This record gives sequence, C-alpha cells and structure tokens, in this order.
Amino acid sequence: MAEWYDAYAYDVLVIGAGGAGLRAAIAARAAGASVGLVCKSLLGKAHTVMAEGGIAAALGNVDPQDSWEVHFADTMRGGQGINDYRMVEIFAKEAPERVYELERWGGLFDRTPDGRILQRPFGAHTYRRLCHVGDRTGLELIRTLQDTVVHSGVDVHMEITLTRLLTDAERIAGAFGYRREDGRYVLFRAKAVVLATGGWGKVYKVTSNSWECTGDGCAMAYEAGAELMDMEMVQFHPTGMVWPPGVRGILVTEAVRGEGGILRNARGERFMERYDPKKMELSSRDVVARAIYREVQEGRGTPHGGAHLDISHRGPDFIKKKLPSMYEQFLKLADIDITRSPMEVAPTVHYVMGGVRVEPGTGATTVPGLYAAGEVAAGLHGANRLGGNSLSDLLVFGKRAGEHAARYALGLATAPRADDGQAAEERALLARPFERDTGENPYQLHEELQEVMSQNAGIARTGDGLAEGLQKVLALQERAERLRSAGSMLYNPGWHECRDLRFMLTLCEAIFRSAIVRTESRGAHWRLDYPDQDPEWGRKNVVVRRANGEMRVGTRPVPPMPAELARLLEARA
Amino acid sequence: MSDGGSRGTAVEARPEQARWEAAPPGPRAVATFQVFRGDRTGGELRAYQVPVTEGMVVLDAIHYIQHHLDSTLACRWNCKAAKCGSCSAEVNGRPRLMCKTRVDEFGGQPITVRPIKVFPLIKDLVTDVSWNYRVNKEIPPFAPAPGDAGPWRMHPEDVERLFEFRRCIECFLCQDVCHVLREHRGTDRYYGPRFMVRIAALEMHPKDTASREELLHGKGGIGYCNITKCCEEVCPEHITITDNAIIPLKERVADAFYDPWRALLRRLRGRKEPRGT
Ligand code: SF4
Ligand code: SF4
Ligand code: FES
Repeated sequence: MAEWYDAYAYDVLVIGAGGAGLRAAIAARAAGASVGLVCKSLLGKAHTVMAEGGIAAALGNVDPQDSWEVHFADTMRGGQGINDYRMVEIFAKEAPERVYELERWGGLFDRTPDGRILQRPFGAHTYRRLCHVGDRTGLELIRTLQDTVVHSGVDVHMEITLTRLLTDAERIAGAFGYRREDGRYVLFRAKAVVLATGGWGKVYKVTSNSWECTGDGCAMAYEAGAELMDMEMVQFHPTGMVWPPGVRGILVTEAVRGEGGILRNARGERFMERYDPKKMELSSRDVVARAIYREVQEGRGTPHGGAHLDISHRGPDFIKKKLPSMYEQFLKLADIDITRSPMEVAPTVHYVMGGVRVEPGTGATTVPGLYAAGEVAAGLHGANRLGGNSLSDLLVFGKRAGEHAARYALGLATAPRADDGQAAEERALLARPFERDTGENPYQLHEELQEVMSQNAGIARTGDGLAEGLQKVLALQERAERLRSAGSMLYNPGWHECRDLRFMLTLCEAIFRSAIVRTESRGAHWRLDYPDQDPEWGRKNVVVRRANGEMRVGTRPVPPMPAELARLLEARA
Repeated sequence: MSDGGSRGTAVEARPEQARWEAAPPGPRAVATFQVFRGDRTGGELRAYQVPVTEGMVVLDAIHYIQHHLDSTLACRWNCKAAKCGSCSAEVNGRPRLMCKTRVDEFGGQPITVRPIKVFPLIKDLVTDVSWNYRVNKEIPPFAPAPGDAGPWRMHPEDVERLFEFRRCIECFLCQDVCHVLREHRGTDRYYGPRFMVRIAALEMHPKDTASREELLHGKGGIGYCNITKCCEEVCPEHITITDNAIIPLKERVADAFYDPWRALLRRLRGRKEPRGT
C-alpha cells in the first residue's frame, strides 16, 4: 500500500546539521546507533557557517597560564551567575579535546610560529583563547564535521523541515514534516531524537541570523511537553552592519575588536572608556551593546544610528590576513575599504541563551528520548554568552547529546510506536493555508512580529512595553490562524513561512512572559524600570512549560555551586 | 532603475564611499527583474517591478518579490553575506552569488536571473545539486597515520597554501561554468573544479597519508580539464583553482602514472613530512 508519506526508521534522529547536529550524529553513530540526520537547508549551509571569530577552548597555546578553571570562571561571570555551573564545568574541561579532535578530522586553524593552534583575544575572556582561522572559523568547523559525517555511515536528509515531534505516551517516537524538493510528507520513526535546531533570531527585524533561525526545534519541544528556560535572555551582538539597508544586521565579527578594533562615537570619543575602562572594546557583549545603544540614544550616534568601529590602524596586510571576509563584505556590500575607513556598526540580534532545559551532562530534556544541544539548549550561557563559547558548546554538548541519545535508544526494551494520528493532525495543520482563498500574508505577519519584538522586547525593556508586546503577540497568534498561501508544497517559501511563523509566535510569547517575570536587569535582560541586579533573581531561572494547552511560567533555583568552584570565581574577580 | 547607473557597469572601479552621496536612487526608482519561473516540466522568464534601495543586491530583489508579489518564488539562501554559498544563480548570464551582486552594477539595464544551468532544475531558481554531494562521498577522506593523535605541530609555512582551498563555500559556481560539465554533460567523467580544490586540500595536508591519484586519473577525470580557467573567474572566494589546485594535482597524477620514482621521492621528502613533529 502506498503511504501518504515517505517513512524512515532510525535508532537516533538528529534534527539540524549545524555544528551541534553534525557532532551529535557522529557521536551517536560511533556509539553503535543507526542515525538519520535531517537539515532544513543543504548540508554545510547551516547557520554555524556564519560563525567568524573562533572556538573558545583553554589550550593555553598562546597564554600558558590559561586553564579550564579560568575559562570556567570567565563563562560563569559572563553569564552573570544564572548558568548551570555543571554544564560550564564540563564545557570548560572538554572544549580543548573537542578542538584537537577537529584537527584530527582535517580541520585547519591558524598556527603559532612554532606550529601550534593560534589563539586570539576576545571579549571577556581573560586570556587569548579563541582558536580560529581568519574570520571564517564556522566554515572550517562545519566543513570538517560535514566531511566526517558523510563517511561515518549517517544517512543525511537534506532540505527537509520537520514540524512535529511524535510521541508514544510520554516518550519520543519520531518526527514528521515535509521535503522541499518534491513536496512530499516524511515521517521518521526514531527511538531517540536529538534537537540541534539552533536559535530564533529571525523573530527580530535586525538580526545576524538566517531565514532558518525560526526556533522550530524549541517550539516543537515545547509542544511535546518539554520545559524551556531563560527565554528572556536574547543576545544583542554589539556590532552588526547598519548601512546600506539591505545588509542591516549582518554580523561584524567580534574578532575585529579582538584584533585591536576601536569603537568611537560620532564625536570621535572612545566611549568604552566610560562604560568599562578596564576591558574597553573587549568587555562582554551585553555591556558593549548597551554602550552603543546609549551613545545613539543620547545623540552621539553615527549618521545611520550606530558607532564607528575602526581597525584601519592595523594596516592592509594584517587586516586582509586576519579579517578577510570582513574586508570583502564591507568592500562589496557597503563600498567601504576597512583598511582605510571605519565601519559603521550597531547592535544586532545574534543569539538566544535560553531554550530547552536539559540535564547538564547528557542533554536530556524533560521528555524521555528527546535530547537537545547547541543554541536550542539552555543553561550553559546564562544571561549572556561570551564570544567563541558557542562553537565549543556545539562540539562538547553535541557529542554528549549524541552519545546519550544512542545509549538511551539502544537500551530501550520496547521501541516506541510513532502514531499516524499525530502525523495526520500535523498534515491537516500544514495544509490549512492552501484551503483559503483569502487570508493573512505570512510575510506581512512576520514583519509585524519583528516590529513588535524590536519595539517591545529589544535591548532596553520596560514592564509596560513587555505587557503591551505580549498582547500584540497574542493578537498575532489569532491572525496566524488565518494564514493563506498560494501554490503547492513543492519548494514554496511562502507556504513554508506559515508554519515557521506559528513556531516563532509561540517562542515570542515565551520571551515576553519570561521577560515580564524577571523584574531586574541581568546580562542581556535590561529593564529600565528595574535597572539593578537583584541577588534574589540571581538564584533563579525562569522556566516555561505547557500545561492544559496554556503557557505556564515559573522559576527554578539555580543549582548552587560547590565551594571549590565558587572559589574559582572569587579568585579572579 | 532610474538612476544609480551613471557609473555604467564598471564594478571593479567603484570608488569607496562616495557612491551613496553621488548617486542616491530616487524615491520611486524601480528596476525590472526577469526571473525564471518553472519546474522540471518547463518554464519561462517573468518580469517583476522591484523598488530599488541603496546598496541593494539581487537577493534583496528576490526577497521583495517573495514578500510582496509572489510568495511561491523558490530560491536558496542562508547567510546573505557571501559565506554559505547557497544563493548561486545566473545573473545576466553570469554565474553569481545573488547576495553579493549589487543591483547598481547593471546601470539600470534589465536584470535577468536564471537558475544555474549545469544541474537539473527543481523549481524556479533552485536546482538539484545532489550530484556534488555524491562526488564528495567518493573522495577518500582525510587520513592521518594511525596512532598519530596529536596535538600536532604544523608549521605555518607547511599549511599556508591549504587555507585558500579551505575557503571554498561550495557555491558550485565553478561547476556551473566549467565547460567539461556544462557543455558535454560531463558529470559522469569529471568531478569538476570544486572537487579538485577539495582533493588538493586533502593531498597537500601535511598529515594526510591517503593517496587519491588513481581516483583523480580515473573517475575524477582530471585529464578532461584543459586549464581554461573559467572556473577561477567566477569563484567568489577568489580561489586560484587552476594554478594552485588543478595543475599541481595534474603533476602528481603524471608522476604517479608516468614517473613513479618522482612520486615516491615526493612522498618521502615533501608533503607528508612536515617539520617539527
Ligand atoms: S580550468 Fe579546468 S576545471 Fe576550470 S573551467 Fe576550465 S576545464 Fe573546467
Ligand atoms: S571553488 Fe570557488 S566557485 Fe567553486 S564551489 Fe568553491 S567557492 Fe564556489
Ligand atoms: S546567501 Fe549565503 S552566499 Fe548568498
């Protein structure tokens, strides 16, 4: 009998083929599981490819004083204490081995004169710690993992969008979605699923994120009953392009500042002197982003509403070697030769610290059989992520999630049964936009959502603004019931956007609800009506879950650090 | 596009910065885009009027069409910053990244956007590039000596030439333009320039021990390349595909098959033996 969907079965299904997904797939396969890897785009195009600056790992190649302890302390301090210290400890200890492993798989980093992996300074890292290759480290990472994965016996399914996790009672049983190139439905039966679906920067107007970053994985997990955490923590990268309009938001790597770039306002003042005289341009991202925001608010911004970032003093040879893609990007897209003129930059939404709450060592979510790693998972970065910590996050926790998912899958006594009924339900939802002759334009709605997020959940927040934003998102959710699309399921971006939009609206509701609850300022979450840190809130994470079809917000205690780890922080304060 | 084109098509010679002030497009500036619409069963060019903004790239125009005129228009893109190699298309007949192709470089002339030609069409601007992924799988992966677990010392001068190859963003524009693949339906006899670059990166890696000469000579079909350098001209990453990758690989193949002594010497002396280990 011909099914109405194409079916596949694996022990472990990995959703997402950025750094975390690739690393998870390799690990799950190495642990003996059969593995399917699904990506929304072509293999090797995931958002990881955009990572520029480097991989943070305490190799101590350039600064021998560096150690996992210092990396631990820097990361905890960057996250303002609400990160899960257990994740941070694992992370700081395992990152170096994950980097060396990449090198064994053919990855190639810039070298020190004596032939070791070169490391560069970066914001709020005490020592020179970022392993890099020029300003295209993400490409190197993804290409290395991609070439490893294709020879590891993992089945890769490209350009498939999964929109629903299937469950058997409580347990995960697979996932359902469709394939773009032939417009067919696909159903994956799986004993375990690893979410490596990245973030949701696309809910904002000005963002460095690609079209893929719509948070499908996080929203699907929420719909399947998983708990989300720290959703209010959205990172504004201090330096995105601002001009011309078409490139607004595109990332200007922190490596520019790492390599000596200087920030100035329209008056030519090096304003970071006023915000963080010690670390200056290399302060943490939340601090630098707020500083630029303030300069612009107070009338000292550049013509297009930003700040000047100048690296020209390092000379053309150096710049073209260490920042080749920045050089090219500004020359081609903005007509600026950065070896001679400053760049114009302003904050851009870059990363979400929040996401699915996971067990620190395994990546297990609160849904049995469902794992999460990388940007979609919460806990490692707390209230603010340090630059370079994302790439090592992907490697360390991608591997762990893959291994533990495999162990779980292979240890199951009875395989879960994927329910056709759930798939049929999802099919009905997916097909709805075709059933109307008139209705809402998904792109229009998306633009309105981005407007709301930028206005009401931006860099500076207030209780009133957040409350208003929440109401607007709820109204948009209603309108999203009436989305309409023309055409067929075959490679149809407008129709695709309809489902994405529902995911985004769910996550935006979570962002607002969480941000309203946290009545303090911490890291990326800056409340004008509560401008100070509240030690009480420093002991709590905001969590969100679905109960009886409604979104419920609560808090959980931040796990208290054992004394010997707490001492590491004091020692370096 | 009513103005912004006074500079003609001299893309390369664009002076920095001055351009916005010199030629801001008028508020109602509109450009005509002829975009291919169709699928495996056939298709045609369709005209769209798109308002032009400063610094606009072709991908912006495609997005405008999707958002305002026809949401079913299919194209690939991810980074919009020339880093992922997804948005390849033929713009006025030339293989380009749409996110890196400025509208003002066409000086107000109509702009035609077609899918890359060498691969089978899926829909509109999206083609089936899966052949490339199959080829990649046929190439023996990086293979360090067993037990050589590192951390490695590899000196800058021993790896310097590899960085260029590793810059490849797999846009497949070079594949599109290579006449062996394009004109003679040669995908069954030549892997194409992208994979010569890939193989060069592996072959010249100081820690690699695998040998790919036979593959290059046989299924890889390196002999079909006659160094026309068309691939190099379209590479958005400016990789010197022929001089730095293909020609050295051709030499290796020649040595392996016609001068085995030289091949052996090279192996003993050179590439697999970096200093300082
Ligand atoms: S130089 Fe060789 S690979 Fe490049 S386009 Fe010409 S024939 Fe093809
Ligand atoms: S070699 Fe250049 S043109 Fe060819 S795929 Fe790579 S980046 Fe694209
Ligand atoms: S969108 Fe990534 S290269 Fe054009």
